[in-house]
Amino acid sequence: MNLAYYPGCSGLGTSREYERSTRAVCAALGVALKEIPDWSCCGSTPAHALDHTLSGALSARNLVGAARAGCEAVATPCPSCLSNLKTARHRMADDGFRAAVGRLLDEPADALATLPDVHSMLEMLVTRVGLDAIRAKVRRPLAGLRVAPYYGCIMTRPTDVMRFDDPENPTSMDDLLTALGAEVVPYPYKVECCGASYGVARNDIVARLSGRLLGAARDAGAHAVVVACPLCQMNLDLRQPQVTWPGGHAMDMPVFYFTQLLGRALGVPESELGLEQLCVDPAIAFRRAEQALAAREAEKAAAVRSGKATTVRASAAAGQDGPDEAGRAEGGRA
Amino acid sequence: MDVTNLETARDESFIHAVMEESGQDLSHCYQCGNCTAGCPCGFAYDIQVSQIMRNLQAGRKEKVLNSRSIWLCLSCSSCTTRCPNNIDVARVMDVLRHMARREGRGAERCVTTFWDAFLASVRKHGRVYELGVVANYVARTGRVLTDIDLLPRIAPKGKLSPLPHGIRGRDEIARIFQRFEEERTR
Amino acid sequence: MRIGVFVCHCGSNIGGTVDVPGVAEVARAYPDVVFASDTMYACSEPGQAAIVDAIREHALDGVVVASCTPRMHEPTFRRTVERAGLNRYMFEMANIREHVSWIGKDREANSNKAAELVRMAVEKLRLNAPLYPKSFDVTKRVLVIGGGVAGIQAALDCADGGVEVVLVERESTIGGKMAKLDKTFPTVDCSSCILGPKMVDVAQHPNIRLYAHAEVESISGYVGNFTVNIRRKATYVDWDLCTGCGLCMEKCPSRKSPDAFNEHVGVTTAINIPFPQAIPKKAIIDPTACRQFVKGKCGVCAKMCPTGAIRYDMEDEIVVEDVGAIVTATGYDLFDHTRYAEYGGGRYPDVITSLQYERLLSASGPTGGHVRRPSDGREPKTVVFIQCVGSRDRSVDRPYCSGFCCMYTAKQAVLTKDHIPDSRSYVFYMDIRAPGKMYEEFTRRAMEEYGVQYVRGRVSMIVPQGDTYLVRGVDTLMGEQVEVPADLVVLAVGAESSRGAPQLAEKLRISYDNYGFFMESHCKLRPVETNTAGVYLAGSCQGPKDIPSSVAQGSAAASKVLGLFARGKLESDPQISQVDVRRCIGCGKCITTCPYGAIEWMELRGETKARVIETVCQGCGICTVTCPQGAIQLQHFTDNQILAEVNALCLS
Repeated sequence: MNLAYYPGCSGLGTSREYERSTRAVCAALGVALKEIPDWSCCGSTPAHALDHTLSGALSARNLVGAARAGCEAVATPCPSCLSNLKTARHRMADDGFRAAVGRLLDEPADALATLPDVHSMLEMLVTRVGLDAIRAKVRRPLAGLRVAPYYGCIMTRPTDVMRFDDPENPTSMDDLLTALGAEVVPYPYKVECCGASYGVARNDIVARLSGRLLGAARDAGAHAVVVACPLCQMNLDLRQPQVTWPGGHAMDMPVFYFTQLLGRALGVPESELGLEQLCVDPAIAFRRAEQALAAREAEKAAAVRSGKATTVRASAAAGQDGPDEAGRAEGGRA
Repeated sequence: MDVTNLETARDESFIHAVMEESGQDLSHCYQCGNCTAGCPCGFAYDIQVSQIMRNLQAGRKEKVLNSRSIWLCLSCSSCTTRCPNNIDVARVMDVLRHMARREGRGAERCVTTFWDAFLASVRKHGRVYELGVVANYVARTGRVLTDIDLLPRIAPKGKLSPLPHGIRGRDEIARIFQRFEEERTR
Repeated sequence: MRIGVFVCHCGSNIGGTVDVPGVAEVARAYPDVVFASDTMYACSEPGQAAIVDAIREHALDGVVVASCTPRMHEPTFRRTVERAGLNRYMFEMANIREHVSWIGKDREANSNKAAELVRMAVEKLRLNAPLYPKSFDVTKRVLVIGGGVAGIQAALDCADGGVEVVLVERESTIGGKMAKLDKTFPTVDCSSCILGPKMVDVAQHPNIRLYAHAEVESISGYVGNFTVNIRRKATYVDWDLCTGCGLCMEKCPSRKSPDAFNEHVGVTTAINIPFPQAIPKKAIIDPTACRQFVKGKCGVCAKMCPTGAIRYDMEDEIVVEDVGAIVTATGYDLFDHTRYAEYGGGRYPDVITSLQYERLLSASGPTGGHVRRPSDGREPKTVVFIQCVGSRDRSVDRPYCSGFCCMYTAKQAVLTKDHIPDSRSYVFYMDIRAPGKMYEEFTRRAMEEYGVQYVRGRVSMIVPQGDTYLVRGVDTLMGEQVEVPADLVVLAVGAESSRGAPQLAEKLRISYDNYGFFMESHCKLRPVETNTAGVYLAGSCQGPKDIPSSVAQGSAAASKVLGLFARGKLESDPQISQVDVRRCIGCGKCITTCPYGAIEWMELRGETKARVIETVCQGCGICTVTCPQGAIQLQHFTDNQILAEVNALCLS
């Protein structure tokens, strides 16, 4: 299938390492990407907050470009671009909207009637390539690395447009990271907004919202946060010194793009993943992972030495006790 | 706070315009407040989002379009996702922004200026020139200290291009904006 | 024929948009019409008297009344003409209200249409023949499906009325949801204390035969003569021998079996009696949890049982009962709160449902009535109740209000204060619905005397924070976002139809709505009857309701049953199909298409023909359109009668 690729403007700038690692993992997994020729900005929030027809036109130009290049679908790493492109395509079903957009474009309006569908890069990798295929290609498992998966507010919402994963508790990135050998910590703010594009105009908003996200990740015991959005990454990583959070002292929470960790696990050369372009030193996370592994080994060794069978899992004995799943007093499961 | 005469304060055409442009039926809202409860930016709002909806039901055009809240909305869609009456609240907020801009209103200057700077960059180059946007914003607002603390953090990363990434078809983009403006003034 | 036409004004209901006298005038000229008049209210006493007088005075042998819908007054007017000595089927109605005056305001068009409808009725009447109902015997026994409080009440009332009752209950004990409650609003009566005596009455009543752990397999027949196949599911314990001593429960080694009675907040043994006041108080084995069944070795209960009641090889058994009426009282189930992912989607152990909380509050529950958090067993100090979880919510396809959650939440908040005096409870609500007797006063007591903090607003999400849960909501009255760090969160889940309700409805041949609640005949005037003769409804299966309403409906359904049986014999409706054996070629198509199995083969002078079983036929007419020969005709709606109406409309 011919897959068009829409990098998004920040991919050339503040999220350069996302763009690089995306290309690298697609190459490693055999996903051919065809960059939409001469693609232009989708307008992001400023456009859709000004006018939906303008926003639709800016997006449509790119979708028409993808169609012209013979592509049946478009993949983009940026959720904001994703949202704009998908919303534009979704609204093209309405004749009035299509005509209004057509009036703004150089294109004839009938080019707008059938536009290729748009997906996130996460969706493409998880559904097209598949977790089994990815797992089979892991060379360097992310052993001992505890991660908080942060999806951002728009990747799965609103559901009728985005049509991917769950709007409250998405798990595709969790599953992907688990397949790479990492340990995903339970994270209650998976889809809670980081402050989006307000870092420049209302820094206080980003400071508070991103601060809470980072604090929660730390409280959950994560060594790092993993994201799939350029703006989330910038707010959590670049702006980490600006955030306010109850902890007080320096945060030091590395924030990876999921494609960087994916690439590392697949054995892609680090020079292609842009880890050096992250602000908070990624090595902090890997060191924490090593320490965690070492601590676990030490615990096991101590247990063996003292003769306690603490590591023998209770379920082996409990197999005789009936279904353990239902047995646990889990109030939540009715 | 004066007594509101519900008959005279009600701008019926405004209610219709909002419903038509957003495609949402405001009468479905039963003021449960779920949208406000989940709004990440509610702490900064002058009017909570469920109260915006209430004011819309009552047709209070001035109050709504002059609010700061509509500019601080992050477009995160939490409200839309959780509304028990399936109202796309985020879309209603977007429409209120459209209407406010058409009438030249914008209570949060910094936000509207940032967005204008962003779109000006798109119009000029076809793609966003990040440094240019910030420079434009700083020039228009006079806030020279904006993110100055981040400069030493990002400069060595080699990500920010000193020059814009122009595209071949940037005239096409400029034309989109031009036609948009013409349609507006018509 | 000598036909009389009566055109009704119905006050201004019809007269306002139809020229009623004019229609009567036109009708006078129709063939076979010897008398036509307009009347103000045909159904009123003087109106009916006028019809009777006209029949006698003008020797009428057929009557047309042009008024409202037959669904309203056809039975009324049939009785009227019968009083005047005519056969009740020599009567036709033209609906000029619902079909004419209520749907348009154009007087001329309406009057024309009314005149045409009257013409059609006249032409049909000209082909009508007297029909005579047959009477048949009634089995004076009633099947009550469901042993919750509504079913229990219906069963007791019928039994006290001298009717034999067959009570079928799906669980191994009767009592339904009420047996799971700790206390009931608004009196805070102990639920099992007030229900218990009724349950014992059911067990001891000589007129009630109770089949517990049983389900209705199939139903055939018709009002007065139903045949019901009941599947008695295997309990693996011989209930004739079991004394309910409970020794098996003490000795059973499989201690982590799913505990459905306690809503899975605890675990139980594989062989168990659900709760101390269970009726029947007999043990049952869960084969999915029992080691003997799963692994093939254990047998402890069989060894321990003092009466040797264990039967691992027991199988389901089908019993057949004949009854004359059926009362469904199958109750409700609760909304699956895991659909609200923002409340944890079932992943947070201390976010529980109201019924789970009820089990924690109950002295016969898994914690002995001590309120403890499921996660760590600590006593909670801050409890948050969230109302409307799965009610009044279009986004989860539950737009309706469940009616009892505001009340039970107030009750649970009051009980929480009783159990944990230094606790504080919060209730997040949208509205407080307290319509019953002393209900409003009770909710006020919760707020005024028990210090329960009522916050008007919904909760957007619950975020685990350490070992508490941050509940993020809103106080719309203050206009502020609010949060509460809760130790325990109780979700007031809404009611939905009982599992398997639509399938049971299909067996009973009754209607149900989108949500699986059974449909009553008329939402205002006939709440416990269905459109299927002989089948009645009671309790929450008809729609969510509280205990007093369920009990009232139970008694109401019983009164319908007793009324049905009081007559001794029932009349069959003669508007059924009949086969003209001269035309019947014995192809059998009608037999296969009849949805009621009301047509059978018969031998007639060496030839095979079809015959209608008169008491089973429901008069649907499918056979008449199937028959290639037109041999089978629906009496009172024959092809000729219908064609006469069509011709009247199209040819005149």
